[in-house]
Amino acid sequence: MLRVTALGALGGLAAGPLVLLAVTSVAHHWYWPALVPPQWSLRAWAYLATPGAGVIEAAATSAILGTVVAGTAVAMALPAARALAARHVRGRRVVLFGLLLPVLAPPLAAAMGLHSVFLRLGLTDSHLGVALVHLVPAVPYATLVLAGSVANFDTDLEAQARTLGARPAQVWWHVILPAVAPGLAVAGIFAFLISWSQYLLTLIVGGGRVLTLPLLLVGFVRGGDEAVGAALSLVFIAPPLVLFAGVARLLREFR
Amino acid sequence: MRAGYDLRLVPVMLVVVGLFGLGLGAALLESVEAMGGDAAGSTLDHYRAIAIDREFHAALGLTIWVAAASTAISLVGGVGAALVLRRLTRGRPVAYAFLQIPLAVPHLAIAVGLLTFASPGGWVSRLAFTVGLISAPAEFPALVYDSYGMGIILAYVMKEVPFLAVVATALLLRLDDDHTAVARTLGASRWQRFRHVTWPMIAPGVGSAALLVFAFVFAAFDTPYVLGRPYPAMLSVVAQRRFLSLELADRPGAMAFALVMTMLAGTLVWAYMRLSGGSAGRERPVIY
Repeated sequence: MLRVTALGALGGLAAGPLVLLAVTSVAHHWYWPALVPPQWSLRAWAYLATPGAGVIEAAATSAILGTVVAGTAVAMALPAARALAARHVRGRRVVLFGLLLPVLAPPLAAAMGLHSVFLRLGLTDSHLGVALVHLVPAVPYATLVLAGSVANFDTDLEAQARTLGARPAQVWWHVILPAVAPGLAVAGIFAFLISWSQYLLTLIVGGGRVLTLPLLLVGFVRGGDEAVGAALSLVFIAPPLVLFAGVARLLREFR
Repeated sequence: MRAGYDLRLVPVMLVVVGLFGLGLGAALLESVEAMGGDAAGSTLDHYRAIAIDREFHAALGLTIWVAAASTAISLVGGVGAALVLRRLTRGRPVAYAFLQIPLAVPHLAIAVGLLTFASPGGWVSRLAFTVGLISAPAEFPALVYDSYGMGIILAYVMKEVPFLAVVATALLLRLDDDHTAVARTLGASRWQRFRHVTWPMIAPGVGSAALLVFAFVFAAFDTPYVLGRPYPAMLSVVAQRRFLSLELADRPGAMAFALVMTMLAGTLVWAYMRLSGGSAGRERPVIY
């Protein structure tokens, strides 16, 4: 009984909104107070696929931005995470504060200031500028994620490999990377998701010229076409769900 | 070993100082700029204006209310869910998989989904009509675009209950069952065992995670932007609106506004670090 109730409630909470979005995206003439759509239509999905809708370009922009941001974030985060894992590092608490602030206070003020700086450098309204401002939350977040997983890594293993005659590159390739690979995957996916779902920073620095999926989604929702908004939401949600499913096993080891 | 600075922190610090710090610095400079004609120099006028700004007071009040309510409900729901899930024998993996779904869905998408679900023309309203509770969409209680941020709170609860449930589950798994077993032998009821044995042991971890949730909700933008109304709006929404206003003269004021918000959020981060001590940064809120 407890199991049925608990699983039912959780499943409803988790899957209910997704099902509702899916139904809305193929509903036609679905007016209040009908509980079930009277007619079905693929209009919204067909519209998303037309080149004029700009969805395909926006999805590509989001995917490329996310990949670049995730790759950069992980590459920067790994050395820092290894440094933070050593508790005697000087200024550790200051560094932690510097990492947590851009993560927790979405860098609204910083993005506004960066907009002024980027204006002078010609980086506003550009993909590079947007990628740079996405790094502001993504890099600290990836560092915090990695620091958690690297903390469990036994640095004696590196010393042993060196004693056995391994060169630094070999130590990295054969000892360190295999041990931190799951953490790298999780940190990379979080960094990708931060960039993928970023609305505010893209709008401030991209000035509406750099069109990503979140910008398009908010536009459609404001525009009031529910079916298109729902279909676009599903396009927006699908990659995070797939990525999360891919690392679910890794996540369990971390949390 | 002697403490020393570590060069491996340099790339990350380039982002924290070179981008985040630079942005804050630039915003600070612009926020004290005297505007109007050729009156050069600096001024604190924009900060003074905020102190007596009605919209700021309304936004601060709404922000604190939404953050506190979301955190409190998520805390109770998350710990409760973790306790229930712990008692499941079969079906626990499925339950944990369900928990991960809202964690994967971005806040923005949850907010959009909630519009379809809880707006006056939404599905819950249709259900209310079908069972005879209301007879027109207008009779449906305002859950989105309302003055108390109900829709915003609901959206955060959907996202943060799973987060706190995952945190609490991890903490519960680390507990050994001996203490509860002893309490049971001594005749403690289920509630007494939770209140006096389990809760004191998980409270520090759950508490600091809840503070993270509060700090995140305090400054987050997407959810109130989609589900909130123009007035009163949450702090981040007001700051963004002023920044994007076409009046160039509004920019310094908007920067001052955003900086005040950042300072308040910074205080919360500082409090979190004090509370969690050496383990700061181990739990991370879901920020997308």
